[in-house]
Amino acid sequence: MSDRPSPDEGLSAAELAAKYGLAVSGARPGLGSYVRQLWGRRHFILAFSQAKLTAQYSQAKLGQLWQVATPLLNALVYFLIFGLILNADRGFTREVYIPFLVTGVFVFTFTQSSVMAGVRAISGNLGLVRALHFPRASLPISFSLQQLQQLLFSMIVLFAVAIGFGSYPRLSWVLIVPVLALQFLFNTGLAMIFARMGAKTPDLAQLMPFVMRTWMYASGVMFSIPVMLADHPKWIADILQWNPAAIYMDLMRFALIDGYGSENLPPHVWAVAAGWAALVALGGFVYFWKAEERYGRG
Amino acid sequence: MAESHVPTVVADELHIVYRVNGAKTGKGSATSALSRILRRGEERGVRKVHAVKGVSFIAYRGEAIGLIGSNGSGKSTLLRAIAGLLPAEKGKVYTDGQPSLLGVNAALMNDLTGERNVILGGLAMGMSREQIKERYQGIVDFSGINEKGDFITLPMRTYSSGMAARLRFSIAAAKDHDVLMIDEALATGDRKFQKRSEARIRELRKEAGTVFLVSHNNKSIRDTCDRVLWLERGELRMDGPTEEVLKEYEKFTGK
Repeated sequence: MSDRPSPDEGLSAAELAAKYGLAVSGARPGLGSYVRQLWGRRHFILAFSQAKLTAQYSQAKLGQLWQVATPLLNALVYFLIFGLILNADRGFTREVYIPFLVTGVFVFTFTQSSVMAGVRAISGNLGLVRALHFPRASLPISFSLQQLQQLLFSMIVLFAVAIGFGSYPRLSWVLIVPVLALQFLFNTGLAMIFARMGAKTPDLAQLMPFVMRTWMYASGVMFSIPVMLADHPKWIADILQWNPAAIYMDLMRFALIDGYGSENLPPHVWAVAAGWAALVALGGFVYFWKAEERYGRG
Repeated sequence: MAESHVPTVVADELHIVYRVNGAKTGKGSATSALSRILRRGEERGVRKVHAVKGVSFIAYRGEAIGLIGSNGSGKSTLLRAIAGLLPAEKGKVYTDGQPSLLGVNAALMNDLTGERNVILGGLAMGMSREQIKERYQGIVDFSGINEKGDFITLPMRTYSSGMAARLRFSIAAAKDHDVLMIDEALATGDRKFQKRSEARIRELRKEAGTVFLVSHNNKSIRDTCDRVLWLERGELRMDGPTEEVLKEYEKFTGK
């Protein structure tokens, strides 16, 4: 501004900014203050997830009833294919297999939809990212939270199925809470990792369904891994059983189903479950934060 | 005058580049897309739009700055960059506090009731639940949505476009800002509502340290701004007092 005489004449932009305490617009905050900002936005994160959940079925005649009807129909389809036609229930009685299958489907769907929502968390909400200020991690966290609420609806169906096949509420049902908490942490971390990757490469949204389906079939959603792989080297079954999706499914089944005892669980199962949750949640958060200032370039 | 020399926004050789996937010129076939993926790093086939090219200026406290220029000259992009919403390719923007863009549209959901959108929009802008509760009635009254019946409890998709625009403006204008940026599209609604929103913008100006206004309406620029930046093809063509710049601009556009 040459027409404005000023004592600051001759200072470079950076010096001027420093003199008056201006900060670089859109710079990435430190990890500590990022966490604090995120905590300050907790009401937004929760409200956004609930809004998304409500908006999902608001045009349907049956409305929110679909929250429960969708998982029920899902379970029915898998039962039809794997329970009746393919007889994947080797090694189980019917009383165990049906809750086993339904638990697997719901628990895996929780992770699957968190990942899919994560991929699109930034790339599908560019309008929001380009219009308003908030720590961007709010979005993947909010979407995972939406999936958690969706799962809580599915749990109603799951409880009904368990009771219907003779697994009545008992003390071990309390374990459902820590299992869900750990899986939620794991899912959120995964959603943040994929949110960053999806922000850079939106094509992932096309690719991920195939990856997720492969993961699903490898995790023993509709069959028991040790029984199916009985004639193969044991380490293959061990690796498959230690994968996080299988871990959370098995723990949930162990908690819920009467005839599914600890002999079906791999060794050190709780440590592995907690380890996966901590590793992916923390790693995913830091990985997401590292690109905070770049989201929105599109 | 001494106070006006406190800078609030410093833009230093700012460049903004958009990257557009899949808008490649020539053959957009699958094979070319594949070769694009294989030859990473160079980002072949990704079209770059150089929207802002080396803009520098200093804005001071108490100024109201108009941004003019023909369509696609980079005005809105520049605002977003000042707000820190678009990352700079080169150069830097320094700001005092957190500049905010007056706009909340993207956070609202058509399938939700107006009521829930007021809360969601407020939270998205960073207001606390208490603040929203406090201002809720004010927002609804200002929008005038409920003048013709209880519309606020209906989903927003049932609103006419004018009603929806009014509610959006009312939500956006409910927050106080340090550095405030207003994009032209806000002038919506009927005559009565336009009057009301202009008054609200003046109010916001009093509270804010510095105001940026993007508009194609030279009259509203004359009414509200004392300094004007003229952007053309992403370059800063002129920067000065409102009258001077507008005179040149009107000559340029052939008015």
